[in-house]
Amino acid sequence: MEVRLFALQRVSAMVLGPLVMVHLGLILYAVGGGLTADEILARTQGNVGWAIFYGVFVLAASVHAPIGVRNVLKEWTPWRNRSLDVAMLIVAAALLAMGLRAVWAVIV
Amino acid sequence: MAMSDDNKHLQVSIWRGKSEGRFVTYRVPARDNQTVLDVVTWVQRHREPSLAYRFACRVGVCGSCAMTVNGRPRWTCRTHVRKVARDGRLSIEPLRNLPRIKDLACDMTPFFDKWQRAGGRFKGAARRGDPIPRLERSSPQRRAADAAIECINCAVCYSACDTVAWNPEYLGPAALNRAWTLINDVRHAEQDRILSVVARDGGCHACHTHGSCVEYCPVEINPTASIAGLKRHTLRRLFASGDS
Repeated sequence: MEVRLFALQRVSAMVLGPLVMVHLGLILYAVGGGLTADEILARTQGNVGWAIFYGVFVLAASVHAPIGVRNVLKEWTPWRNRSLDVAMLIVAAALLAMGLRAVWAVIV
Repeated sequence: MAMSDDNKHLQVSIWRGKSEGRFVTYRVPARDNQTVLDVVTWVQRHREPSLAYRFACRVGVCGSCAMTVNGRPRWTCRTHVRKVARDGRLSIEPLRNLPRIKDLACDMTPFFDKWQRAGGRFKGAARRGDPIPRLERSSPQRRAADAAIECINCAVCYSACDTVAWNPEYLGPAALNRAWTLINDVRHAEQDRILSVVARDGGCHACHTHGSCVEYCPVEINPTASIAGLKRHTLRRLFASGDS
């Protein structure tokens, strides 16, 4: 399993690299006219390009983050058993659900 | 504890005890050419007959005399005092990341157990009647093995590695470096087994490539590069066969 997680984390990092650059740029632009979800959605809603962009972003982030957090917890806490893997799966599912919900809001 | 009172003596603090213990300071005559092991031996012969420490060859071959000197892991028989002493002071304690037995001697069992767990035992594929295989010294595989083969099992890298300190399961630089030499040895029969055991929890993927092993390896091996090689091979194996 370790080598699969290692591969998944590297691949998701490669995907995230350029996406994060665009994302950071977009943040600078998007905060210009107010920071509430409604205000941001008013500028992004209906744009399929951004929906695809952030769909991929959410997917890669929810793969990448729990693997990294799992490594950190394994090294810095005594939590190393199976329950950690289950907890990280839940974290991944939560990130995916919250992220996709936001993406969905851009589409509809 | 006084400063070294003249340049004819060293102030040497040596760990006495097991995990519970204390530093005891000795005044040791300074010489023009003197290794850290010479200093420890002088203390045992002249001041502290019960001082426990390990050495055998005294010429950097056997790998048994490694200790922590002024906070850094060193092979003490080849470490000159004048290169590591600070203001005529030395602090000498056992290697980090291993259980302490007494004074400067630590228990090497976890280190050698992990060597075995990483598949470090050579197993030939040839039988008695088979011809002796020719080794192409210039082949990339043999070059990779040769670059990593001269390990003296001193555990300096194991002691230097932060990942070993954080993750008790981690096999460590020496064991993984050994596994890498066998991956590249055409005579070894169990390459696939090695790739499977080093891909487990605590295997090569736990390495953060900090490079402390490279920094402190007394025989200038690069275990970080060996571990990177194992990562590449395990990935290739995953994509080729789906095994992990």
